[in-house]
Amino acid sequence: MVDMSTTLAGTVLPNPVMTASGCAANGKELNRFFPVTDLGAFVTKTVMLDPRSGRPTPRMAETSSGMLNSIGLQGPGIDAFVEHDLAWLAERGARVLVSVAGNTAEEFGEVVQRLVASPAFSCVVGVEANISCPNVANRGLVFACDPVSSEQVVRIVRTRVPEGVPVVAKLTPDVTDIVAVAEAAVRAGADGLTMINTLLGIVIDTDLLRPQLAGVTGGLSGPAVRPVAVRAVWQVVAAMREGRLPTAPVIGVGGVRTGRDALELVAAGAAAVQVGTATFNDPSAPRRVLAELEAEVARHGVDRFADLVGIAHDRMVRP
Amino acid sequence: MSAGVVQTPGEVVANRRVGAYHHLTVTAPGLAELAHPGQFAAFAVGGETSATLLRRCFSIHRVRPTGTYGGTLDVVVAAHGPGTQWLTGLRTHDAVDVVGPLGRPFPLPADPVPCVLVGGGYGSAPLFWLAEALRERGCPVEIVLGAASEDRLFGVVEARRSADRVHVTTDDGSAGTRGRVTAVLGEVLERTGAAVAYACGPMAMLRAVTEVASAHGAVAQVAVEESMACGVGVCMTCVMPVTGNDGVTRMVRSCVEGPVFRGDRVRWDAFADGICRVPDDAVGAPRAGGH
Repeated sequence: MVDMSTTLAGTVLPNPVMTASGCAANGKELNRFFPVTDLGAFVTKTVMLDPRSGRPTPRMAETSSGMLNSIGLQGPGIDAFVEHDLAWLAERGARVLVSVAGNTAEEFGEVVQRLVASPAFSCVVGVEANISCPNVANRGLVFACDPVSSEQVVRIVRTRVPEGVPVVAKLTPDVTDIVAVAEAAVRAGADGLTMINTLLGIVIDTDLLRPQLAGVTGGLSGPAVRPVAVRAVWQVVAAMREGRLPTAPVIGVGGVRTGRDALELVAAGAAAVQVGTATFNDPSAPRRVLAELEAEVARHGVDRFADLVGIAHDRMVRP
Repeated sequence: MSAGVVQTPGEVVANRRVGAYHHLTVTAPGLAELAHPGQFAAFAVGGETSATLLRRCFSIHRVRPTGTYGGTLDVVVAAHGPGTQWLTGLRTHDAVDVVGPLGRPFPLPADPVPCVLVGGGYGSAPLFWLAEALRERGCPVEIVLGAASEDRLFGVVEARRSADRVHVTTDDGSAGTRGRVTAVLGEVLERTGAAVAYACGPMAMLRAVTEVASAHGAVAQVAVEESMACGVGVCMTCVMPVTGNDGVTRMVRSCVEGPVFRGDRVRWDAFADGICRVPDDAVGAPRAGGH
């Protein structure tokens, strides 16, 4: 029997597999295919302060081993979210990582304040600050493109979330130096980092000869981006191991479709793994990846999942 | 876990060419018993390591809960691109992962009122099954089938078996009345005194059917075809503006709140040039600057 438990900044989860924000709605839909309580944590769709319609359609363009999405953070707003969605997850006994966003750093704080005040907050095992959604009209609002903006948001979120409940910052790989942004987030109080959000892309409709997405740009996700995710996790974890920034747990996300894909992120240093776009292909994917990852851990002859976290850094052959 | 939907590794029982389309029959144990006309099924394409990740969704043409192969499911596929070409190229005994039934079915009237069913192209796929369900309730049923040309009509023979009367229109006049379905729909609604017009097909046709039905005092129930990535309600790509009972317009997922909507509740004014905009009065609509 393999011990699949993992620890995220003091919070122990029974296993390291999660949904990815925006790829699983808020639980009811996937619970028809597997019990969402089986997962280490359920990550909710990013919630903002007010109800939000999202962008016009088409919002989606299929690409080789991936897709672009241009949803635009559609959601019910924090009040309806805690009353309906979070309450439902809490009733089921799910462990929930709530993804939050705001148009300003202060709005992030307001969202978190209402979340913390809700009766269902007891099911929350962490708050994921989505500072990296590319689908916003103003690129200046992709806070994670800039270390100073990242720091401001994380600081506000950290002060409003009770101690003992981890705050993780979700980062974009669309930056020159992801280690610098990671460092800013950790120094501002982030207990962990989620990497990566989608990469900004465009698909042209070759019949109409115009952008296929109504919103023109979208976020690229799916197996196509997995090497980028593995690289981002690797670079940040390497910097932590070298003492260039404080050590903090990393949640790996990007292109995970199988247990073997998840193991890549784990070996690169991820203490937990989220399954995103693969869920569109297979609604059972998060649960299946958990079973496959467990088999992978056993295949490598270790008793504890935790023994494989970051192992590729130790095994790297230096030329 | 059932909860009204199953995911099943289906096996192809038959794949027949029908005019411009393919008629695919796959085993789907547990799905047939749950399905109702108007619901759809989501097919994975290309196998487990496919680079084509998104599900292809098809209105359920027919189900057989029991038989030689156990429960089976029929869908009609038009080969538009790599995903649908993979499906139409499947052979007997090939495996294909199926999720369904999904979405809300066509609501059936409580009383035996006359009904008119309108199908555009292979959008007619769910209508014959619907016609049978309506006639079992005592509803007189007429079907209008329209397409660009004769080879793009689907189910004319089946329609004659399942309805009291069938009308055919083609844009080029190669079969039936030359023109769109609306060329005959008004007359059919008027003569039958239909209370409900059910329709499935392209968005422009659904809008036109809604307008004609409203003008004749009939309720339109339309099954929309929005592009979907997942079909199960998690990706938020298939949204469209629909006005609820409270008079408020929201961007709703056509996979879970649809695919069947009352035609007069769909905000057709938002659709133009291949794009569906968010109406200014929709809940959470963007302020200056956009989302």
